[in-house]
Amino acid sequence: MTNALEIKGLRKVYKGGFEALKGIDLTVKEGDFYALLGPNGAGKSTTIGVISSLVNKTEGQVSVFGYDLDTQLADLKRQIGLVPQEFNFNQFETVRQIVVNQAGYYGVPRKLAHQRSEKYLKQLGLWDKRDQPARALSGGMKRRLMIARALLHEPKLLILDEPTAGVDIELRRSMWDYLTQINKEGITIILTTHYLEEAETLCRNIGIIDAGRIVENTSIKKLLTQLSRETFILDLQEGHQNIAIDGFENRWTDENTLEVDVEKDVGLNKVFEQLSEQGAKVLSMRNKANRLEELFVHMVENGRKQEESNQ
Amino acid sequence: MSNASANLIALKTIWIKECTRFLRIWVQTLVPPAITMTLYFVIFGSIVGERIGTMSGVSYMEFIVPGLIMMSVITNSYSNVASSFFSAKFQRNIEEMLVSPVPTWAIILGYVGGGMARSMIVAVIVTCVSFLFVDISIAHIGYVILTVVLTSTLFALGGLLNGVFGKTFDDISIVPTFVLTPLTYLGGVFYSVSLLPEFWQNVSMANPILYMVNGFRYGFLGQSDVGIATAMWVLIAFNVVFFSGAYYLLEKGKGIRS
Repeated sequence: MTNALEIKGLRKVYKGGFEALKGIDLTVKEGDFYALLGPNGAGKSTTIGVISSLVNKTEGQVSVFGYDLDTQLADLKRQIGLVPQEFNFNQFETVRQIVVNQAGYYGVPRKLAHQRSEKYLKQLGLWDKRDQPARALSGGMKRRLMIARALLHEPKLLILDEPTAGVDIELRRSMWDYLTQINKEGITIILTTHYLEEAETLCRNIGIIDAGRIVENTSIKKLLTQLSRETFILDLQEGHQNIAIDGFENRWTDENTLEVDVEKDVGLNKVFEQLSEQGAKVLSMRNKANRLEELFVHMVENGRKQEESNQ
Repeated sequence: MSNASANLIALKTIWIKECTRFLRIWVQTLVPPAITMTLYFVIFGSIVGERIGTMSGVSYMEFIVPGLIMMSVITNSYSNVASSFFSAKFQRNIEEMLVSPVPTWAIILGYVGGGMARSMIVAVIVTCVSFLFVDISIAHIGYVILTVVLTSTLFALGGLLNGVFGKTFDDISIVPTFVLTPLTYLGGVFYSVSLLPEFWQNVSMANPILYMVNGFRYGFLGQSDVGIATAMWVLIAFNVVFFSGAYYLLEKGKGIRS
């Protein structure tokens, strides 16, 4: 299978000397749904900027579906649809003008662009708003407009930079459904997000970037197998503050809520046995944190420690 | 589809977008030049002009008509591209073009074409207004067209360069206010440079707008303060320099790529 994206030794040093990317290597297979995660300032947007040619790289190689960034830029650009983090369309143009013009920049004839605009604006629920200026749209509609705009030249690779930031849950879910659907239809998707749940739900593979370096590049499944411990929150019936659980790290967060850390291979049975023996009644139980979030923090911390020890 | 036809579609798209932009705000873009030029014709042409009498062998009103049309062309082609390109930078919708395979030459020609279209429409409006005040005859239609095309291209390119370098909205009003307007007024719109003392005549020769105004006036009246061939070569040379500068800066990503 072809690689949708291949990055080798990518470095970016901004004016003033800030090194945003410190020689990253990254491969995304065709048809993949790939998440690029990282804290603020990690280099996610710079990486996307270089791939989409909005940021000039300092060093390294980038190719998209085999087209090289340095020597086949126009062909490379035709493969990509970009949904940036910030709204970057002309607020005074109508919804239809924005998408039709974007198709025109890619050489799509105007008649065909109008046909496609109907298709994608309908799919994204914007057809009724087609003649309205973009500034009149709600935040969620503007997000969808950016997705429609990125799809009009029918790219093979769709890159979304935090597409659901500030979007309500209902809309986020509908966008997830839409992205899953177009991925099934064959479009490779690379997504950066702060919502780890989003990456876990949507993506098959994941890259974690921190301080300009890729600290992990693997499948979500493999990543989650690395998680050895989970924290459970137990809501107990009143009057059991004196109970003790041996063999597990635990703490009270209020008079009725107990947090217990459980190793994966140990299981929860022993916790419940001890609680029953002491007459405690568990009213409800839930995971404390998103599993991926825990891993993410762990990996970023490890990456930083490793870097510090190398210096 | 071949790259060439895709590039032409991209160029046409930018041009249509630019024309749609200034036509959408026609009250701001097309009406003011008509009003301003009407006032020039009334004040300088009718009221003051009648007392001046003739200049270079024609009535003062006839003398200033080509210069006033040219002044509108210069101002409108420049400001259209400068403000449109800077706004695209400011709102970041220039990124729509930068991420797409539009070649640099098509971006330049698209914006310049938009500036030219606006300045040509304004030129037609101002010419129509001038008919209310004076009968105009055209001596050399070829020179009229050539001069107006080269001038509007040149100042559209100038506006593009200004838009590339501009970092604030102030930056795109500084050049028109402090450079363009003085050069236009001193470029022989309202007087013949032959009336100036020799020293100032020589100084005036360094003003590129003098060549445009006189080239255009030659097309209308058949007379000019400068050699017509010189005027055309100066215009062509400036166009080549400005286009090359704009191409180099956009290719390099000046002000638009990190």
